Order: sequence, then structure tokens, then C-alpha cells
Amino acid sequence: MEKVMGLASEKGVVIFSKSSCCMCYAVKILFQGIGVDPLVYEIDQDPEGREMERALMRMGCTAPVPAVFIGGKLIGSTNEIMSLHLSGTLIQMLKPYQALS
Amino acid sequence: MNSSSTQFVASGRMGMYEPIHQIGMWGENFKSNGISNASASIFIAGNLNSSQSILMAADTKLDNQSEDTSQGTLGPSSKYDLEASKPMDKVQRRLAQNREAARKSRLRKKAYVKQLESSCLKLIQLEQELERARHQGLYIGGAETSQMGFAGQIISGIATFEMEYGRWLEEQNKHIRNLRNAINTHLSDIELGVLVENGINHYSELFRMKAIAAKADVFYLMSGMWKSSAERFFLWIGGFRPSELLQVLKPQIEPLTDQQLLDVCNLKQSCQQAEDALSQGMEKLQQTLAETVAAGRLCEASHMPQMDTAMEKLEGLVRFVQQADHLRQITLQQMSLILTIRQAARGLLALGEYFERLRALSSLWVTSSREPA
Repeated sequence: MEKVMGLASEKGVVIFSKSSCCMCYAVKILFQGIGVDPLVYEIDQDPEGREMERALMRMGCTAPVPAVFIGGKLIGSTNEIMSLHLSGTLIQMLKPYQALS
Repeated sequence: MNSSSTQFVASGRMGMYEPIHQIGMWGENFKSNGISNASASIFIAGNLNSSQSILMAADTKLDNQSEDTSQGTLGPSSKYDLEASKPMDKVQRRLAQNREAARKSRLRKKAYVKQLESSCLKLIQLEQELERARHQGLYIGGAETSQMGFAGQIISGIATFEMEYGRWLEEQNKHIRNLRNAINTHLSDIELGVLVENGINHYSELFRMKAIAAKADVFYLMSGMWKSSAERFFLWIGGFRPSELLQVLKPQIEPLTDQQLLDVCNLKQSCQQAEDALSQGMEKLQQTLAETVAAGRLCEASHMPQMDTAMEKLEGLVRFVQQADHLRQITLQQMSLILTIRQAARGLLALGEYFERLRALSSLWVTSSREPA
């Protein structure tokens, strides 16, 4: 879906979320803790939200939210992010996007 | 002690023995610390062939060199007139055998008493759990739960989990024993590696069981009711805190190489960050659930207006419990990647014993608090 891919490329780190989803909130907190400021897009506040949700699932995101994109590429949902973080891989992937402050 | 031995000598009839004197052998009466004892030992050893076999049980190979040489020499004396016909080395051997038998007897008794004590503790713990389960109405038969609809599913789901957890604990004790033996007997890396993999897989099995139970009743998992009370004290989203696990392990797996130290440090940090993120997510969930329940006008005995929103929140709770278990699992896996096989084996053993101790502490607490003030 173009809307999803378009939004996913708007920033280095993009998280598709729902405002009611507390797991999405947790993943957002995680990224902030690493020193990254992701673009969080609440699809439940978008009129095309249902379609976006279906698109995300078609792309392989099981949850469908939170759906994390790094560098425009779908990385996965909470499971994948947690695994990558504990193996030290996530930090490496986020290096180019960490806040320069 | 000495009086009983002189009794034997005074009777002067080698063919006679009284079974009641065997009881004395359970105690400390026959330590090899005096010639008077030695004479009593000769008498009994010479006559109680059947009792000898009882006392020595399956172990017929005795170490004649262990205790008897410290006895010193048994010079000829009037006390040995009864045995004058037997050669001295046979006498020595009989002495040693008897001492050995008595010693084994004492050890067996000790082990038996210890087993009794631990069984007693276990019984008390089981009684407590039974009481708790009765209060929660968990032990309902299969036929009844099937007619109770969804509630029946919850009850049988949790009952199943409790049963499986009991079996899991027994298996876990076996894993711990195997690891301990393997480390002490210096098994090869390949064999150790198999044990490590089995150990980690066993934890994965627990997480699988918990995932199913979470769908049946997530509140049950959040309460940690299947755990002992001391384990429950450290509860974090339905289980142990991964960063705490690393804290427990670190001193047990040293020495670490510089690279390993760095890796463990990084793992601890990312673990902590993940925990913080999940904890904050849980807080938000609690907060929004509270808001949902309190929404609308209270004090008017009206039903909750946003019931479906509240239900959604509870679904979210299942996700958190599953993610917390996922975090525990990947922490274990990462540690097994960072450590050598030998270190990982020691680490798993340490972890298993740590939780074992918490459970023992809980049992002890229960028994001590039962004493009248």
C-alpha cells in the first residue's frame, strides 16, 4: 500500500501504532530510551486505518501494530524488535538515526 | 556403652545373641575407640551372620583399610581368649567389617530421617496449595467444567496448568541434578552441551505452557499463584525479572573474558531497557483501564459504559505477559550464546538452584509461621 510505504520512508524510524495500544506505547518508550526519536503514526486516527492495518499484515507484520520500519524497511513487531535489541543488532541498525544531541 | 560390651563378654556363649542388641548398633556405641569395644565387635561379628547381611545390605565389598588401621594393634589379652582359635587378621577383618556396617547403618538412618523431614515439608506445602485451590474452586472434575461453559474452560485451563507445572518442577529437579553431576564429574563439552540445550528447552516448555494458560486466565498468571511465596515476592509481569537473572548469574560464571564482560554488560543494559519499556506500557494499561472503569457516573449503580474498551485492555494484558515471557526466553538464549558451554552449564545450575532455594525458603517460612507465638 502506497500510503504505508510513503509514510514509512518519511523518517529513519517509523512506528505504526494505535492510540489505544499500550504495547505500541511500550515500543515507543524503548526507542526513546535508546536515543531515537521515531515518527509514530496512529492508524486508528486515520480514515484509511483499516486498510493500512490489512496492508501491514500482508507485508508480514503479525501484530499488526506496532509495526516498526527502519530506513523504509519493515523490521517487524514487538517480538522482532525485542529479539534484535537483546542481541545488540537493533542498536547497530539505529546508529545512523540516533539523535545528534 | 561399656556396660553393654561387658555384658557380651560375660555371657561367654558364642552361639548366642539377642536381637535387641542390634538396636544399639544404630547409635554411636561401636566406634572404634577402645579395646573393650573391639571385643564386643568380635562377639557380634562372629555370630550374627544373618544380621550382618542385613546391616551390610548390597555392599559386600568393604574397605578394610579405612578405619581399622587407626585402631592400633590389638595385643593378646584375656579378652581375646574366646577368639584365640581364630587368626589375628581374620579378627581384624571382622572388626573392620563390623565398623563399616555400623557406619553404613548410621548413614542410612540419617538419610532416612532427612527424607522424612523433607516429605513432611512437602506435605505441608501441598496441604496449603490444596486449601488455596479449594477456595478458588479449582479442583472441579472434567464433566462439571464442560457444562460450565467459558468459566469451565478457565477453570480446567488453570487446573491443567497447575498439574503440568507440578510435573515441570519434577523434571526441573532432574535437570538440576544432571547438571550438578555433569559439572562435578567433568563431562566432555559435547555432553555438557546437550545438557545445556535440554535445560534451556525446558524453560521454553514452561513459557509455552504459560502462553496457553494466559489465554485461559491472564489474571491467574499475573498473580503468580502457581509459584512459591518467596518466588512470588520477585514477580514481574507473571515471572522472574530477566535483569535480576543476569544479576544472580554473573558471580557464578566468572571468570569472563573481556569480550564476554562487554557482551554481558550490553545484554544487561538492553534487558533493562526492554523491561523498563514493558513496565511503562503496563502502567499505561493500568491507568487507562482504571479510567475506563471509572468513566461515566459512579454512585448511581449504573453499569460501566465502556465495557468493550475495558475488555480490549484486558486482551492487551495477555500480550504483555507473553512479551515478558519472550523477553525471559531471549535473555536465556543470549546468555547461552555469550558463554562457553561450561560456563553456561554452571549458569543454568546456578539459576536452577537459586529458584530451588527460594522454594525451600517458602516452605521453611510456612512451617515456622505455624508455630504458636
